[in-house]
Amino acid sequence: MAYSEKVIDHYSNPRNVGSFAKGEDNVGTGIVGAPECGDVMKLQLKINPANGVIEDAKFKTFGCGSAIASSSYVTELVKGKHIEEAMAIKNSAIVKELNLPPVKIHCSVLAEDAIKAAISDWKQHQEQGGEAAPAQKKADQA
Amino acid sequence: MVKLPIYMDNHATTPVDRRVLEAMLPYFTEKFGNAASRNHSFGWEAEEAVDRARGQIAGLINAKSKEIIFTSGATESDNLAVKGVLEFHKDKGNHIVTCVTEHKAILDSCRTLERNGKAVVTYLPVDKYGMVDPDGVRKAITDKTVLITIMYANNEIGTIHPIAQIGKIAKEKGVIFHCDAVQAVGKIPVDVERDNIDLLSMSGHKIYGPKGVGALYVRSKGPRVRLTPQMDGGGHERGMRSGTLNVTGIVGLGKACELAGAEMAEEGRRLLELRNKLQAGIFERLDEVYLNGHPTDRLPGNLNVSFAYVEGESLLMGISDIAVSSGSACTSATLEPSYVIRALGIDEELAHSSIRFGIGRFNTPEEVDFVTDRVSREVKRLREMSPLYEMAKEGIDLKSVNWKAE
Repeated sequence: MAYSEKVIDHYSNPRNVGSFAKGEDNVGTGIVGAPECGDVMKLQLKINPANGVIEDAKFKTFGCGSAIASSSYVTELVKGKHIEEAMAIKNSAIVKELNLPPVKIHCSVLAEDAIKAAISDWKQHQEQGGEAAPAQKKADQA
Repeated sequence: MVKLPIYMDNHATTPVDRRVLEAMLPYFTEKFGNAASRNHSFGWEAEEAVDRARGQIAGLINAKSKEIIFTSGATESDNLAVKGVLEFHKDKGNHIVTCVTEHKAILDSCRTLERNGKAVVTYLPVDKYGMVDPDGVRKAITDKTVLITIMYANNEIGTIHPIAQIGKIAKEKGVIFHCDAVQAVGKIPVDVERDNIDLLSMSGHKIYGPKGVGALYVRSKGPRVRLTPQMDGGGHERGMRSGTLNVTGIVGLGKACELAGAEMAEEGRRLLELRNKLQAGIFERLDEVYLNGHPTDRLPGNLNVSFAYVEGESLLMGISDIAVSSGSACTSATLEPSYVIRALGIDEELAHSSIRFGIGRFNTPEEVDFVTDRVSREVKRLREMSPLYEMAKEGIDLKSVNWKAE
């Protein structure tokens, strides 16, 4: 299978790889997928509580090149967006940007889910007024 | 400097050896006769070449020339053996004993027979090394069993089954024993007499011969094995496989067998050295690497390892100037991870992380060094990107996590 240039670019030079420091304020974490399915994405969004704007994003992904590229692209896509805008991002936008073939559409779905999971995690903490919990708890709740 | 890309996927296919090509060439042009033409020199010449090839092949597996039936490849040989034996012996029984890690040509032939109500099949499990238990074979045999079919060595994990023991059991019980020996022939000593094999499938392109040609060994005495042909036509190959013989391909298969036999001992040692070097290098540079398959009873050129926390296809993508293959779902047409790796009972995640290195005749120590370095660096890079590696390093037991799967 040949990969699109954009997938190769994101895979070779992934944007915003990493994790925020433990206990950093205003970070929502979404972990989606499962190791036995061959895909796990962790997306973290730093969101300004005053205006609901995503100020920074980081990801780590276990998965194929298209899964890595989808999550890398998503970190670029959501930065600077309001959470409502980010919630409206559809996987089809990721498919289009990265030119994903049909067998890789699930990677884009996972990336869309990761955005939603991270934002809902952030919202939950805002309501509780607490700090972000360790990552693995998030997966438990999901 | 090594020349890129590096081919290290020799279980999938191999290049035709120059010496094999040289032997084949005249049979495309000047010596183009039909081996079945009995009354002119063109036919005689072709027939002679085919007979010579039969001898070369038989010599490699300690068979007699007339016991070699030419086919289009091992898939056809497997189909002919399984379906042909079941059909011929339908009045005697309908039970097949095989194992879960067989090649699809065997498993799907069995499933077709099951679906059509022509066979009942026992799929034996394998142990954590991918080895079938001969005692399991013995226990699975019933008075309806007409065929045991177990591969010599596995194409993914390289594990060599205890074939001689299984052959002995088959002989004792009077059941026909078929062995798919595609990966073993020419690589390790295969002897149909010592191993009590009644039917044996082999292929040209796995042993530096051409694609599109294979053979089925059919025992002629003690017992004489009978099977129903699966292709109707001119009654070639003692009536077992009709169709004009692929003379060029057959010449190539013959030459490939001759070379493999002559060079096996030395080449086997060389491959084993390269394999051990690759294995040691990878295990030295990386933690959490797991060997798939048997540590010692395995093909000399095979190394199959799982790089925990790294998905196989993404690794292949990162080492795109090296041709290897993965058991990852993403690399298969079915989107399922390798059934062979899963049969070992290891974590599903590790099946997605498996990589098969197939070292062959034309690989060099320099290439092994290059591959070791390239793979290790890419695994490290991908682990830095892997949430699973991060969690594991934090001491989180990944199995305790309630994953939200798609």
